[in-house]
This record gives sequence, C-alpha cells and structure tokens, in this order.
Amino acid sequence: MEQLGAAALPLIVGAIVLFGFFRDVDVFDVFLEGAKEGIASSLHILPTLIGLIMAVSMVRASGLLDLLCGLAEPLTRGLGLSPEILPLALLRPISGSGASAYTLSLLERFGPDSPTGQIASVLASSTETTFYAVTVYFGACQCKKLRYTVPAALLGDITAVVLSVLTVNWFGSVS
Amino acid sequence: MINAIWFGMIALSLVSALAQGRMPELSAAVLEGAADAVKLSISLLGSMCAWLGFLRIAEKSGLTGLLARAFSPVIDRLFPDYREDPEIKGKLCMNISANLLGLGNAATPLGLSAMEAMAQKHPGPVPSRGMILFVVINTASLQLLPVNMGAMRAACGSTAPFGILPQIWLTSLCSLTAAVLFCKLAESRRALGEGRGPWNS
Repeated sequence: MEQLGAAALPLIVGAIVLFGFFRDVDVFDVFLEGAKEGIASSLHILPTLIGLIMAVSMVRASGLLDLLCGLAEPLTRGLGLSPEILPLALLRPISGSGASAYTLSLLERFGPDSPTGQIASVLASSTETTFYAVTVYFGACQCKKLRYTVPAALLGDITAVVLSVLTVNWFGSVS
Repeated sequence: MINAIWFGMIALSLVSALAQGRMPELSAAVLEGAADAVKLSISLLGSMCAWLGFLRIAEKSGLTGLLARAFSPVIDRLFPDYREDPEIKGKLCMNISANLLGLGNAATPLGLSAMEAMAQKHPGPVPSRGMILFVVINTASLQLLPVNMGAMRAACGSTAPFGILPQIWLTSLCSLTAAVLFCKLAESRRALGEGRGPWNS
C-alpha cells in the first residue's frame, strides 16, 4: 500500500503530460503559462499565511490547549473519552503539523494498536486543518464574510471526534 | 468572523501565557510563527507553480473536461450554479481528485485556482454558496488511502498499519456528510427567505 501511495504522484503527472502531448498541446509552453500564475498566487496568500501561522504558534506556545483540556477534563471523563484525545481534537483543526506530532507521541506512548492509539490515528486522518483551509481559500479571493462556513466546518470536525471514538469501539481491536 | 477568530486566538494566548508564566515562550512564538509562514510559502511556491502548470496542461488537453464529465452526477448536485461552466467544474474536479488521492500539495494550488475562478463570477466580500461549500469540503478529509498515517503507524510497530481503514472511511464520510448537509440546509433557509439569520449579515 505504501508503494501505491508513492506511485500516485508520478503516475498522475505522467498521465497529464502524456495526455497533453498526444493531444498536440505544447506541453512545456503551456506548463510555463500556468506556473507563472503560481508566483502571483503564492505572494497573494503570504500575508494570510503569516497572520494565521503566527496566531497558531502563539496558541501552541501559550499553553492554551493544556489549560482548556484541564478545564474540560471532568466533561471528557464523564463522556468516557480518554483525556489524551481532547488535545488532539482541539489541535487538529488549527495545526496540521502540530496534530501530526502529537499523534506520533500518542502512538509511541500507548502503542498504535491500543484503543487510544487507534482513536488518535482515526481522528487525525478523518479531518483536515479547518482553519488553514478557511483562511487561505477565502484570503485568496478577498472574501470578508464567511457566513455559515465556520459552523459547517466545525460540525464536521465534531462529528469526526465522536465517530472516531464510536467506530474504534464498534470495530474492536485490530490485532 | 475571521477578525473575531484571529483576535480571540491572540487574546486568549496572551491571557493563558500570563496565567501560566509562559511569556518567554509566547514571545519567541510571535516572530517564529511569522518566519515559519515565510518558510512554508517558499516551499509552497514550488508546488504552487508546478501544479498550476500541470493544471493548465490538463485544461488545454481536455483532460479536466473528461474528469468533469465523469464527476458530473456528484458535482452538478453539489454545485448546481456551475452546471453550465466547464472551466469551474474542471477546476473543482481537479481539486477533489487531488484530495481523494491524498496529494495535499496539489490540492491547495488547484483549490485556490478554483476559488479565484468562482470569485470572478461572484465578486465582492460575500462568498457565494458554491464557494462556501467548496471550502467546507476542503476542511473535511476525502483521502482514500491515508498513506502518511499508515507509515507512521508502521514505524511505531503496528501489527496492522492499515487495519483502521474502515474506521477512517466511516468517520470521514460521516464528518463530510454532516458538514455538507449543514451547508445545504443553510442554503435552503436563505433561498426560502427565512434567512435573516446570523449568516447573512
């Protein structure tokens, strides 16, 4: 399966270029045309990225997540959620790399096939970095009003937290 | 909204760092965060240019058109406003395919290109329903094979690195469905004229 994953990118690039070549597209010239737009797009989203990543790194350094988890501990205990999952649930929507690092630490501490390890694996793979997608995509098109974007995306994130715990309990142990 | 979220993140960090005596860490994080963003966008610059180049080849050769036709049953239902717009449909399909295949580096440039095309049809500070739905779909995971997670689990000694695939599929599917349904409900409330709710201002 890992080989398959590694092959995906070259196969797709190959398919696009081959298809273009046999359809008589001047592949390199057309590639350059598109690539030129990439420079402007990258510069265009840079201020958004700076604002977003700065705020996320402040949240992480300030210990805010630990504080929130401490406050919410009675609640998570009541729901039968292991206390280590909550920080991941809070981190996942705001920081992709942070969530990855935290998941890795959980897998090392509890073992990847333990219930906590499985829930962490499922949760980390079932959603994307919500705030990154929202700020970068809307930043690129100068939209100021988000309307119902954030509630909809957060509903998806909350569903993923609940379902990751439920599915791991339903399907039982994998080993 | 985005102003409130950004302000909230910074204000809460400040309060939390004060309460826990973590001001030195916070102070380092401010400019480190800004520097990280520049590093990220430099590495993004390469994939941005490469993928927008490939996208242009795929568009010119008619490959995105074929893809759009294949995805039509789903795309037309989700994004009825772009049914007659092959260019936007093609870009939407390219982004969704990249997400399905787990090509995260490709999904952002292709997605931005789709957003820009949709914004051209709907200028101004208020996004269209299609733009909102598209962003919401990109906040959910569509990846069919979470290769990185499998590799991470294998590296930690898992006996079944991909043994949790059914759980991941079911969880992602429910999460995506919940988010899309929320959007569709919010859209129809607005269409019925009852939408004097919080999301229209």
